[in-house]
Amino acid sequence: MSAISESHPARAQTRAPVQGRDRPRRRLAGAAAGALLASGLAACGGGGGGASTLTWYINPDAGGQAEIAARCTEEAGGRYTIETALLPRDAASQREQLIRRLAANDDSIDLMSLDPPFIPEFAQAGFLAPVPDDVADRVTEDVVESAIEGSTWDGELVAVPFWANTQLLWYRLSVAEEAGLDMSQPVTWDQIVQAAEETGTLVGAQGTRAESLTVWYNALIESAGGSIITESSPEDPAQIELGLTSEAGVRAAEVMQMVAESDAVSAAFSTSNEDSTATGFESEDGGFQVNYPFVYPRALGAAEEGTLDPSVPEDYGAAIFPRVDEDTPAAPPYGGINLGVSAFSESPELAYEAAECIVSDENQAYYFITNGNPASSTAVYDDPEVLEAFPMAPVIEESLELAAPRPQTPYYNEISVGIQRSYHPPSSVEPGQTGEAATELIRAVLAKEDLL
Amino acid sequence: MSTTTLPPTKKDEPVSAPKARASDRARSERKLGWLLAGPAFAVMLLVTAYPILQATYESLFDYRLTDPENRSFTGLTNYWVILTDSLWWQSIGVTAFITVVTVAVELVLGFGLALVMVKALRALRPVLRAAILIPYAVITVVSAFAWQFAFDIQSGFVNSWFAWLPGVSENTDWFGDRWTALLVICLAEIWKTTPFISLLLLAGLAQVPEVLQEAAKVDGATRWQRLWRVTIPNMKAAIMVALLFRTLDAFRVFDSIFIMTAGANGTESVSFLAYRQTIARLEIGLGSAVSVLLFLAVVLIAFSFIKLFKVDLAQARGE
Repeated sequence: MSAISESHPARAQTRAPVQGRDRPRRRLAGAAAGALLASGLAACGGGGGGASTLTWYINPDAGGQAEIAARCTEEAGGRYTIETALLPRDAASQREQLIRRLAANDDSIDLMSLDPPFIPEFAQAGFLAPVPDDVADRVTEDVVESAIEGSTWDGELVAVPFWANTQLLWYRLSVAEEAGLDMSQPVTWDQIVQAAEETGTLVGAQGTRAESLTVWYNALIESAGGSIITESSPEDPAQIELGLTSEAGVRAAEVMQMVAESDAVSAAFSTSNEDSTATGFESEDGGFQVNYPFVYPRALGAAEEGTLDPSVPEDYGAAIFPRVDEDTPAAPPYGGINLGVSAFSESPELAYEAAECIVSDENQAYYFITNGNPASSTAVYDDPEVLEAFPMAPVIEESLELAAPRPQTPYYNEISVGIQRSYHPPSSVEPGQTGEAATELIRAVLAKEDLL
Repeated sequence: MSTTTLPPTKKDEPVSAPKARASDRARSERKLGWLLAGPAFAVMLLVTAYPILQATYESLFDYRLTDPENRSFTGLTNYWVILTDSLWWQSIGVTAFITVVTVAVELVLGFGLALVMVKALRALRPVLRAAILIPYAVITVVSAFAWQFAFDIQSGFVNSWFAWLPGVSENTDWFGDRWTALLVICLAEIWKTTPFISLLLLAGLAQVPEVLQEAAKVDGATRWQRLWRVTIPNMKAAIMVALLFRTLDAFRVFDSIFIMTAGANGTESVSFLAYRQTIARLEIGLGSAVSVLLFLAVVLIAFSFIKLFKVDLAQARGE
């Protein structure tokens, strides 16, 4: 999933190497490295960590993971201490940093917050410690299906489901009413674009050339009944079969082009990400948007700070992702974060114990309420506090049950970037041809015959 | 009117000319020279020559970082893949465009600033110099973000301030089109590195002997003539060195593109391509080959500057 929604850009912290207590060993190494070169090396030179210190590489958030780490440290009663280390802001850079460290057998990583589409790549490369059977049983109990699927590779659970994200169709109650749209019933892309054009409002989606474009395309093709990858092949990338030219692939491209060419999108549609989409929805032209649940606390926060009229978040409504075809249920995007334990960790058992603590219902509820990141555990959705903070929590849960993960393959980066290159800008998409061009590009890239 | 330069001073023959046997003094000086420069030379070998050699070696392999077992020797295949790919040539075009535009504009602007600094009152000069240098002290990523925010359609001020300009309106999406995106990238680069070029030119200006200026003045040369016939010919070496440094720098442009467009709309530079193959795609072999080609391009530029324009680096140092 994409960067922005996961990490709450508005509140995201700047990069910082390693948080938490300073161990003497690290301090010494840091001083030596600092004397020689830049302090940036200190974080890399941090060595293994004692038997009881676990380092958890987290994606930037509003401080929730650091708090959960502190809670679990306390709960462990001295058996282990969890330190957090901050990864870059966007998912692609998080993957780049982790994978390069793991390729160098870096044993300073114990736990990792992983973006689901990259999990197969980590697992296939042997970077994830196997999940013990009893742990696997416990962490998949009462967990939404998409989160389990997103933590699975080659038929086995390879990561621990933590929080699960999904995009909803956000709409302004007033706009839907004015357009006469019955939002209690599923709506299609055609309907919302038409409603926005009639009311002179905006439809927001992520048209920028980034991971979020793949997220959108994947949701469209899955909603149309197809898939980006129709035939997976973990070992030989040349055997991967793509469904971009299928009927569903063409239909997805049609919707993409229709939305991008309509009068209902902003002038900056080809550069709009989750954050700018949310900003557009907050403006007076806001009508509809597909986006992650973070947009709601974001608007509430802005209203509290006085930068947004309080009537705006009151006008927010949430529904299931729009359908591509009237009669086929939508397959909303699935994202979030799952926890991986490094294969090079010195204490994988403790790391799995810590992971179980991190994903406890209590911590997931806390994370949901304070950071706006939806839980993967179904029990959390019955928590009265969660329901109070997120009145649309039942919609989120339903959306997660319907959600379709992005293609699971160790070559995800190639496929996603190939799609981004071919389908951007969305207004240039030619339903018949773009799928063919993308298929050819991805085939050539996987065969190492083309640059990306 | 011909150009006016001082006759070049004849340099002393090196004491260690091959004919004569080196004297004791020359030998001990050479030894001292090695002792002084040796550590720096060793560090240079370690931090530049070693990575270059390793990249060259790895560029001959099909090697994916996550799959080291299947690493295989493929000879020059990676180079063939790159050189037959239109994306490579498109990136070369973009890089060359950015280089030519930014270096040309910077040279003119930088020269102007250098003249201002030279002519400024003695009391003002340090302040002016510091003020002009500030953009150069800003980290490129920070400057790229600043320019991106300024031109952003939602948070930027450019669209509302410059709406009176033809082609600019409230709805101008600067990063949504190739040429407008490249324009902003070039602007950011120019803003940031003009100070560098102007400092180098300032050093060159200071070298132009005042006596030549006075002689030209006595001969009745106008200000414009003095600039073109006296000042510029006398600082040719400084101009060439400034151009060379900036061209090499500009050819490796990465940060601004990474921040502002992430390569969208055909704005990928060669460095960006190397990043994407090596870091994002984890294809170490292919990425190394892109890096080696980039290195060769940079060497070619440096070589042609030195040979074609006869840039004498020693002269620019005032030797």
